[in-house]
Amino acid sequence: MRGADSAVGLATTSLIDASLDVGDRRTRRHVACFILLGLALIVLIGLNVAVGSVAIPLTDLPGLLFGGDTGSTATQIVWSIRLPRLVAALVLGGGLALSGFLLQTFFNNPIAGPFVLGISSGAKLMVSILMVLVAGAGHSVNSAAMIAAAFVGALASMGLVMVLASKVESMAMLIVAGVMIGYICSAITDFIITFASDASIANLHNWSMGSFSGTSWANVQIMTPVMLVASVLVFFLAKPIGAYQLGEHYAHNMGVNIRLFRVALVLLSSLLAACVTAFAGPVSFVGIAVPHLIRWLFRTAKPLIVIPACFLGGAVFCLGCDLIARTAFAPTEINLSSVTAVFGAPIVIIIMLRRRRRA
Amino acid sequence: MVRSLTAPPVASTGPSDPDHGSGADATAAFRATQLSVGYDGHPLIDDIDLDLEPGTVLALIGPNGAGKSTILKTIAKYLAAIHGAIHIDQRCVADMTNRDLARKVAVVLTDGLKPDLMTCYDIVATGRYPHTGRFGVLGPEDRAQVRQAMDLLHAWELRDRDFGQISDGQKQRVLIARALAQEPQIIVLDEPTAYLDVRYKLELLAILRQMAKRRGITVIMSLHELDMAQKIADLVVVVDGKSVVAQGPPSTIFRGGRIDQIFGLTDGSYDPLFGSLEFGAPVGDPEVFVIAGGGSGIATYRALQQRAVPFATGVLHEADLDHHLAMRLASRVIAEPAFEPISDASLDQARQSMATCRAVICCLDQFGTINARNQELLDEARSAGQTVLTDVSQLDQVLGTRA
Repeated sequence: MRGADSAVGLATTSLIDASLDVGDRRTRRHVACFILLGLALIVLIGLNVAVGSVAIPLTDLPGLLFGGDTGSTATQIVWSIRLPRLVAALVLGGGLALSGFLLQTFFNNPIAGPFVLGISSGAKLMVSILMVLVAGAGHSVNSAAMIAAAFVGALASMGLVMVLASKVESMAMLIVAGVMIGYICSAITDFIITFASDASIANLHNWSMGSFSGTSWANVQIMTPVMLVASVLVFFLAKPIGAYQLGEHYAHNMGVNIRLFRVALVLLSSLLAACVTAFAGPVSFVGIAVPHLIRWLFRTAKPLIVIPACFLGGAVFCLGCDLIARTAFAPTEINLSSVTAVFGAPIVIIIMLRRRRRA
Repeated sequence: MVRSLTAPPVASTGPSDPDHGSGADATAAFRATQLSVGYDGHPLIDDIDLDLEPGTVLALIGPNGAGKSTILKTIAKYLAAIHGAIHIDQRCVADMTNRDLARKVAVVLTDGLKPDLMTCYDIVATGRYPHTGRFGVLGPEDRAQVRQAMDLLHAWELRDRDFGQISDGQKQRVLIARALAQEPQIIVLDEPTAYLDVRYKLELLAILRQMAKRRGITVIMSLHELDMAQKIADLVVVVDGKSVVAQGPPSTIFRGGRIDQIFGLTDGSYDPLFGSLEFGAPVGDPEVFVIAGGGSGIATYRALQQRAVPFATGVLHEADLDHHLAMRLASRVIAEPAFEPISDASLDQARQSMATCRAVICCLDQFGTINARNQELLDEARSAGQTVLTDVSQLDQVLGTRA
């Protein structure tokens, strides 16, 4: 008991320590922002459970979850549909934001993200190929294989973008290259989906536009550990990421093994983006917008703060967007990416305008 | 100061060194032996031999693209040495881990650092990287070091300012504080004075000098300003893109026309005494004769050079400031050995030269014993009806608009 207490105490002090450097004002801001994000998360979780085509009062929830009444429709809706979907939005949203943060660090480009760089589309292409092949052979695709295929696709796109990035040293060209790769992958995916008219492929179309719908507990059991482990690993990279923010030369001089570090960044950002794509399809703008919102909200770039905050922020952003996607035009569901774009794209425009003004 | 300099491969460096090539000295902070640097296995500069005591200030000079940065990058192990070895504190750099090296060598780079949302304190704190734990959280000792470094560079009051919002001079100070917080034995700086105005330039170099002498930190830097290198460095290494052309204390490097030779100066020359770059003399026969001495002619010489008016001057005394400059700027200099009264021969030469000129400028208000005969010269000019001016600005009316 005491051990646990002191561990919590240590974690708290080290968190405060990290920001105490430049005064209490910043620490207070960070604590307040974390509390704000935490509250937003709780509220959105509540809303996601309660709101929908069947409204479920929150007061009924304990009964639904822990009462023995497993047969009722309300229990079914909460347990088999809304809860797994909610967990997916939370975990995948958090991971997606982290992936964007890593890519922005890697390319030193403020508008890098898994979607604009074509990494999500690469993952999407590989997953659809896998699904068409396996479904065509009459089997169902398991989650691990989906993630693996998505990872291969993500790495292939990332590799291509990196080759192009090394040829042209321009931030804008990097994005153009990524967008083009994304279009090519999407075109091939559409082609595959069009000609594979099998009934089981029908929902592929839905997935390829980005959606958390149809998430099962089996999916959640796979995606959660993958995303959490990857996110914890990212957190452990906080120190070298901080050094890398000063540029490669300085990071090297501080003792960072640049090659190893870059490999770790590529693998982790691709894995995070791939896992999201495997389950929810390509989701736009979360990866770009959330890290910026977080830095703006917390007024810091310290990875030790930004990494956990990005995860929380991504979760909040995706829970909110998914809620809107489900309920805005119910019973028709709109694409998740449409909603994330509506909120994310203006943020990207604001970032670019502000940069321009500063430069 | 510099204890031993091994013989450079090309050209001589002046005084020969008895201690050459021998070696191991327990106090050497930095040693490069037979070092070749370059990119992708292709050597750019070969046979660099250096042996520096703690607290040495080394300035690397040479034309643009001569390999100064390549040498600095190799010292920071950002580039691998192609041949030869670097030892820091008797330990071979190639065998050191990045972290170990980071505790010994800190770099200060000029190329624009544009971090987002980092205060100056945050920037300096990154210097503690090799000393902190897994998450880089600063302990009391780290904070004390950051504070000390920022105090030393008068950067503490900048601590809460956004790094992107401060001036170039302030940035440079913060970056040097960052390097200092790393507690290195060697600081490597790439063109630290680029982008700085004169005031910051002086301040910065004074700080570096102080760090080297008081704390025994070895400073290795590339410098654009020859005059600064001449004044601040204990050891100057000159590279020209192929090899180390010369190395030695400033007194041997900045002598005669060596600098002109190394940089291929054809339109002018570097003046080691003034520490200044001077244009060459205007071409042509003298049009103006300048009577000067005791430093009174400097402004006039420069002004004539600027207007591209060839001129003769005299009678000057050797070792006079005017004589020193006139030798670079005048078409003809009539001079007398130092401390000697002006001889008939010199006066005669001056007289002849003056007669061919269209105007005479006299920079002197009064004459002393040793240059009394310049007064004669002036009187002769007046009586011969030559135009005698006291200031260059009057010259335009005399010479008219020049083509």
